Amino acid sequence: MARPKPTRRQPGVLASFIHVDAAVDAIRALRARGHRNLVVYTAFPNHEIEEALDQPVSMVRLFTLIGGLTGCAAGFGMTIWMSFDWPLLVGGKTMSSVPAYVAIAFELTVLLGALITVAAVACLTLLGQKRRVAYDPQFSDDRIGLFVPSGSDQLGPVEQLLRSAGAVEVRHEAA
Amino acid sequence: MAVVARPLPDRAPELEITQTQADVTRDVVGTLGRASTGYLLLLGGAVGLFLVGLLTFLILVKDGLGHAGYNPPIFWAVFITTFVFWIGIGHAGTLISAILFLFRSPWRTAVYRSTEAMTVFAVMTAALFPIIHIGRQWVFYWLLPYPNQRWLWPNFKSPLLWDVFAISTYFTVSSVFLVFGLIPDVAAVRDKVTGWRRTVYTLASVGWQGTDNQWRHYTRAYLYLAALATPLVLSVHSVVSWDFAVSIVPAWHGTIFAPYFVAGAIYSGLGMVLTLIIPLRRALGIEQMITKYHFDNLAKLTLLTGSILFYSYSMEYFVAWYSGNTFEQTTFFRRPFGSMWWAGWTMIICNAFVSQLLWFRKIRTNLTALFVISIFINIGMWFERFVIIVSSLSNDYIPWAWSDMNPTWADWGILAGSFGWFGMWFLLFAKSFPIVAIQEIKEMIPMPRKRGGGGHH
Repeated sequence: MARPKPTRRQPGVLASFIHVDAAVDAIRALRARGHRNLVVYTAFPNHEIEEALDQPVSMVRLFTLIGGLTGCAAGFGMTIWMSFDWPLLVGGKTMSSVPAYVAIAFELTVLLGALITVAAVACLTLLGQKRRVAYDPQFSDDRIGLFVPSGSDQLGPVEQLLRSAGAVEVRHEAA
Repeated sequence: MAVVARPLPDRAPELEITQTQADVTRDVVGTLGRASTGYLLLLGGAVGLFLVGLLTFLILVKDGLGHAGYNPPIFWAVFITTFVFWIGIGHAGTLISAILFLFRSPWRTAVYRSTEAMTVFAVMTAALFPIIHIGRQWVFYWLLPYPNQRWLWPNFKSPLLWDVFAISTYFTVSSVFLVFGLIPDVAAVRDKVTGWRRTVYTLASVGWQGTDNQWRHYTRAYLYLAALATPLVLSVHSVVSWDFAVSIVPAWHGTIFAPYFVAGAIYSGLGMVLTLIIPLRRALGIEQMITKYHFDNLAKLTLLTGSILFYSYSMEYFVAWYSGNTFEQTTFFRRPFGSMWWAGWTMIICNAFVSQLLWFRKIRTNLTALFVISIFINIGMWFERFVIIVSSLSNDYIPWAWSDMNPTWADWGILAGSFGWFGMWFLLFAKSFPIVAIQEIKEMIPMPRKRGGGGHH
C-alpha cells in the first residue's frame, strides 16, 4: 500500500495499535506525563478513547441552536412581512395568519439548523486540525493510530512508552 | 467529559458479526467498481425507461398537458398520484436512518445507507412531478418567494406553498444527511483503492482522517442531524396530506389525514426497501451483513404501519357514515362500488389485507414471500394515492359534473420514466459508494483487546 510522501511533517512519533485497551493505556500514560496535542485516528468513534482523551463536548450544538432559531425567525419574518408588503384583504380575515405560517417556519428551522450544523462541523474540524501530521491508510481499516508530537530529544522515551503499552508498529516522523 | 452520541452496540445474538474490521472494509469496498453484466443490463433498462419518460415530457412541453388524461373535474391525476407515491417512498429511509438512530436500534446499521440513498433518489424523483404537473414548466420558479418586477409574493396561506418548502427542505436535509454519513466511509474506500479512483475518493472524502477531533464534532453533529430529520420526515407527509385535507373536497377534508398519510408513506417506503435490498444483497454478495434478522425487523415495521393503514381505512368509512354527510358517504360508497371499483379494491387488498400476512414469522423470514409482498405494497400504495386523488375528485358536489379518468400514454410514459430515473440513480450509487455503512458496522464488532475478551483476532 502506498504510504503518503513525507513532506514537511510535524516531528513526532506515530504508533499503530490493534488492541483498543493498549491504545487507551498509551493515551493515559502520555497524558500523565504531560503530553498534549495527541492525535488519535480511529475508523469509527470509540467511547474508551474519547474518555481517555477527556475532551470537552463539541460546540456544534450551539450552532445547531443558532441555525434553528435563525430559520424559525426567518420563516415567520418572511411570511408575515410579505403578507403586509402586498396586502390582500379577503373577507375581512386577518392579513397575516400566523398558524398557516407555522409550516414554513418549521421547515426553515430544520433547513437552516441542518445546514449550519454541517457548516459548523467543517469550520470546527478545520480549526482544530493539526497540520501536517503523519497518517497511515491502515487507520481507516482496523488499526488505531496515535501520533505524539515530540522533539528529537523525546523520541526515544515516547517510543519506549508506546511499545510497552502494546503498540504493534512505531515510527519516527522527522521534521 | 465528552458524551459520545452513537448507539451503544447491542449484543443481540442475531447481530453478532463474525467478520473482523478488515473483512468489513474489504467486503464493502469489494462491492464497488467493476460491474457485472446483470448490473449493466439493469442500468441499461433503467436508463431506457428514463429516456421514455424524458421523451414523453418533451412532448408534453411542446404540446401541453392535453395529452395526459385530465378530464374535468379531475385536474389532479396521475402526476400528483405519482408525486405523493415517490415522496412516500422516501419516508421509510429517514425512519430507518434517523428515527431508529435516535431509538438506538442497532439492526438499522446494516440497511440504513441503502434506505437513505433510496430516500434521496425518491425525493429527487418526486420533486419532478409538481413541475411536470404545472404545465408551464419553464416558470416553476414562480413558486418561490423572490423579488420580481410585479412585487408579488406567493400566498403562504396555501398548503401548496408549504409543500414547496417541505419538499425542498426534505430533499436538502436528506441529501446532507446521506453525504455527511458517507464521509468516513469514502475515506475508508480512498485508503483501499488506487489510481484515478483514489483521486476521486480523496476529493470526496474532504480531508477525513478519523482523528479524535473530527469524530468529536462529527458524532455530535450526526446526532443533531438525526434529531432534525426526525420531525422533518413526519412533517413532510403531513404537509403533503394537507394539500388535500385543507380543501373541502369530500374524502379529502379529514383531520386524520396527516397521521394516515405518514403511516402510509412509511409503509410504502418499507415496501420499496424490501423490493430493493432483497435482490441487492445477493447481487453485491453482502448476505452476511444483511441477514434474515434485518428482514424480520423490516417486516415487523411493515406490519405495524400496514395495520395503522388498515385502521385509517376503516376509520375513513366510519367517519363518512357517522358524519351523516351525503357527499362524504357517496364518495366512500363509490370507492368500492363505483366505476373505479377496481382501483378501490386494489388499494384495500394490497395494503390492509396483504400486510396482515406478516403476523407469521415464517412469512417474515421468507425472502421470496417478502419480495412478492413488497411488490403488492408498491402497487397498492400507488393505487391508494390514485383512489384518494382521482376518485375523490371524480364525484364532485354536483352529480352532473361527475366524470371518470383514464390514464393515457402520456401518464404511463411519465410514470415509467420516474421508475427509470429513480433506478438509474440508485444503481449508479450502489456501484460508486459503500451501500453498507462501513464505520457503523465496524462499531458493532467488539474491538480486540490485549487483556482478553472481545475481538476475533
